[in-house]
Amino acid sequence: MRFYIRKLAALFLTVLLVSVITFLVFQVLPGDPAQIVLGVDADAHQLAELRKTMGLERPAAERYLSWIKDTSTGELGTSLRYQRPVADILQERLPVTISLAILSLGLTLIIGLPLGIYIARRDGKISALFLSVLTQLGVAVPSFWLAFLLILIFSVTFRLFPTYGYVPWHESPLGALKSLFLPALALAIPGIAVVIRYLRNTLLDQSRMDYVRTARSKGLRERSIMYRHMLRNSLIPVLTIVGLLIADTLGGSIVVENVFALPGLGNLLITSIGTRDLPLLQTLVLYIAFIVVCINFIVDMLYKIIDPRIRLKR
Amino acid sequence: MTNSLLEMRDLEVAFTLGKQDYPALQQMTFQIGEKETVGIVGESGCGKSLTSLSIMGLLPGTAKITKGEIRLDGKSLVTSSAQQWSGVRGKDITMIFQDPMTALNPLMPVGKQIAEMALLHLGVSRKEARQLALDMMAKVGLSRVDRLYGDYPHQLSGGMMQRIMIAMALICQPKLLIADEPTTALDVTIQAQILNLLRDMNHSTGTAMLFISHDLGVIREVCDRVIVMYAGYMVEEAPVEELLDHPRHPYTAGLLQSLPGADKRGRILYTIPGRVPPLTGRRTGCPFAGRCPSATAICAAEVPQMKKAGEQHLVRCHLVAG
Repeated sequence: MRFYIRKLAALFLTVLLVSVITFLVFQVLPGDPAQIVLGVDADAHQLAELRKTMGLERPAAERYLSWIKDTSTGELGTSLRYQRPVADILQERLPVTISLAILSLGLTLIIGLPLGIYIARRDGKISALFLSVLTQLGVAVPSFWLAFLLILIFSVTFRLFPTYGYVPWHESPLGALKSLFLPALALAIPGIAVVIRYLRNTLLDQSRMDYVRTARSKGLRERSIMYRHMLRNSLIPVLTIVGLLIADTLGGSIVVENVFALPGLGNLLITSIGTRDLPLLQTLVLYIAFIVVCINFIVDMLYKIIDPRIRLKR
Repeated sequence: MTNSLLEMRDLEVAFTLGKQDYPALQQMTFQIGEKETVGIVGESGCGKSLTSLSIMGLLPGTAKITKGEIRLDGKSLVTSSAQQWSGVRGKDITMIFQDPMTALNPLMPVGKQIAEMALLHLGVSRKEARQLALDMMAKVGLSRVDRLYGDYPHQLSGGMMQRIMIAMALICQPKLLIADEPTTALDVTIQAQILNLLRDMNHSTGTAMLFISHDLGVIREVCDRVIVMYAGYMVEEAPVEELLDHPRHPYTAGLLQSLPGADKRGRILYTIPGRVPPLTGRRTGCPFAGRCPSATAICAAEVPQMKKAGEQHLVRCHLVAG
């Protein structure tokens, strides 16, 4: 129980710290938000007026506190570029990114775990070697190139999937799935390759452990030794990697979203940086940090479920 | 000796390193009778563990049986396929290892690891397997077994873990238990407890035991008969009292001399000069010739054969008159 309380406290503190840093960074960055809204040829009087309505005249600490208060009550401010509430924009964009993340995570696990086990069991054989070379490629190839390749094969040649664009789930679930499948695959392939390599290496390390020899001496078949004994012992490094992958995709994947013209968070992030849309950008940065911290928290919980030896480090 | 349960005849095991085969066990011929406890003693690297692994069919990938026979109840193990061997492994022959801390799966409750054995070989239901495991845990002297069943290895002490290993090894009432240095990694007080337990189990269940140790003192506690090994050969075999009182091989004599004891207090303890030759550096002739205080010309030239040096006493030495 204390484990969870301490982890939760750490989570809360991290988010708070991130919010402070985010706020400070945007204070230091050059560029006056009022100037951005009004443009370069705005007169001084207008600027001063706008600064006042935006609350820029108040001391930084005060502004930070009110930002935190607003943010925690869901009042995220208004985007300078879109002239709409940030909350509304997020509500539009989040489902795209989350669907994409879940789909690509699913693909990563469904393809990565069995293949990792497969090549560990066939270690030293030609088929395993061939797959190892493929995973090497999967790690090395950049995702935008993969995305183009997938479009070329599955959309242009076989016409199975749309080349770009997004269909919302409530319009057509099948359409949504089709529009998200290729981007999810392009995102998943490097992850699959990494999962395979990690799982294979850990399984091979585990196969030299004493408890595996004990399992053999019990007369268990190789299959049972793999699934009942070695797999759970090999999950920790894989879980770490998968955690990083999820956090990465949930933060929006800039390249893949751009190639497939998906209205996700990655796209939004790029636009908000380009237009110095501070309220939007601040919220996005905080969101991404929050996601990373939450995923880490979940991963920590899972570590403890997998391996009861894991305790708090003092 | 009663009926022979395990019979090893002229077994040779070799490691393949590069393109060369290096024999690591040669001319291994011995028997274990039903309910008998046989010890194998020798320094590190003399082939004790390799002998046990070849009986289990668990030789490492680089080693293979190049010659000879291992029979259990008259049935050959060497020729049986991997599948059949795994039917024997765990059911008829089980093994406990030197370090119980690493021999158990760290992420599986200990009770489950015992029950898994019953589930695999006895054709019982999960519930029955659990009950059998609990009974067995009590039999090996563990208390509060209901709670212990769900504990993970890291929550147990070394002695408790070795008891778990023993419970696991004996739950299917095997014909033969191989104990490979089962007390070496434990505290001295725990060692005595585990030795007592093994002896009691041998008496009560009638499971024969092959007990491997580098410690003659430990061997004396448990074994009926002892085999002394050196550099891949058996060099002497005799009932335990006979061997301790009348060692015939110079190596055995050296081992006994280097045992500490009350009568040797205050004197410098004897050590056999030199060490076991490495696998790649073994020459012709008697394996012990290089370290033997009384070696002669013939010792360097020819490997001596095992010969009778008394009733039930065999020795591999040119210097002993047959």
